[in-house]
Amino acid sequence: MTTVRIVITLKPGILDAAGQAVRQGLTSLGYRDVGDVRVGRYLEIAVPQDVPPEQIEAMCERFLANPLIEEWRVGDAP
Amino acid sequence: MRFGVVVFPGSNCDRDCVHVLRGVLGRDVDELWSGDPSVAGADALILPGGFAYGDYLRAGAVAATAPIMAAVREFAGAGGPVLGICNGFQVLLEAGLLPGAMLRNRSLQFRCQPVHLRVESMRTPFTAGLRPGQVLRMPVAHGEGKYYAPEDLAARLEARDQIVFRYCDASGRPADDANPNGSLRHIAGVCNAAGNVVGLMPHPERASEAILGSTDGRLLFESVIAVLAARRRAERVPV
Repeated sequence: MTTVRIVITLKPGILDAAGQAVRQGLTSLGYRDVGDVRVGRYLEIAVPQDVPPEQIEAMCERFLANPLIEEWRVGDAP
Repeated sequence: MRFGVVVFPGSNCDRDCVHVLRGVLGRDVDELWSGDPSVAGADALILPGGFAYGDYLRAGAVAATAPIMAAVREFAGAGGPVLGICNGFQVLLEAGLLPGAMLRNRSLQFRCQPVHLRVESMRTPFTAGLRPGQVLRMPVAHGEGKYYAPEDLAARLEARDQIVFRYCDASGRPADDANPNGSLRHIAGVCNAAGNVVGLMPHPERASEAILGSTDGRLLFESVIAVLAARRRAERVPV
């Protein structure tokens, strides 16, 4: 088995209200040069070594993310 | 005439729906479990509010994969009336039975308050008995109810009369300060292309008895009952 990491965030252009609130908190703590903040979800999925990338894409598209509002990045865990 | 109320682990408005349909309106109701393979016997389905499967991943996402959803999809495909309320609306969106998606409320706050809704379309079984422009009062209670659709989809929904309810003020005017969550185009409820599947964020089952402050919600249930009764009469089957 191997572990696949998936990061899901709202698409650019869709207002990330949670990201804005986090940015506001950082600003309040004095981190005034922080730019855009995006809040998303992180998943680690254990799959067989030889799982085809298309299958991971399909999992994201069909279920793990909502393609209407979200985008995702897939990478291997270290 | 039988209603089916679909119960997912984490649903919490199912008993309210059963109470209104059975106790207030005197209809037969089956509670259908998330794991059931069938909705047989039901003439209309209600997907109630709550936090199905803990709202894990996204509100409604896991529930959309529950075994009963295949039967709900088949029932909806055959033209059966389906109403998703709040979390039930989110489930129908995630299942692809309704267009669009839900985002966190603009305020980031869980909003629990009475709102006004304007009836935009009467082509659905749940609104056929209402008047166009009629203003209804009922509560919302949600954290993720900001309706979103990409601009092309939103335009298509307008053109095809798929926007069923809009948030408005008491006089029926849609307005930013009457919109509790920042929904696109003040949308509070939509239907599918055929019009038989409807979802809305406000809770009609919490506004179906005078003691609760409003009976406007009951109109949606009475509407579908009248539509089903007329259908039965047309088929010459006793109700």
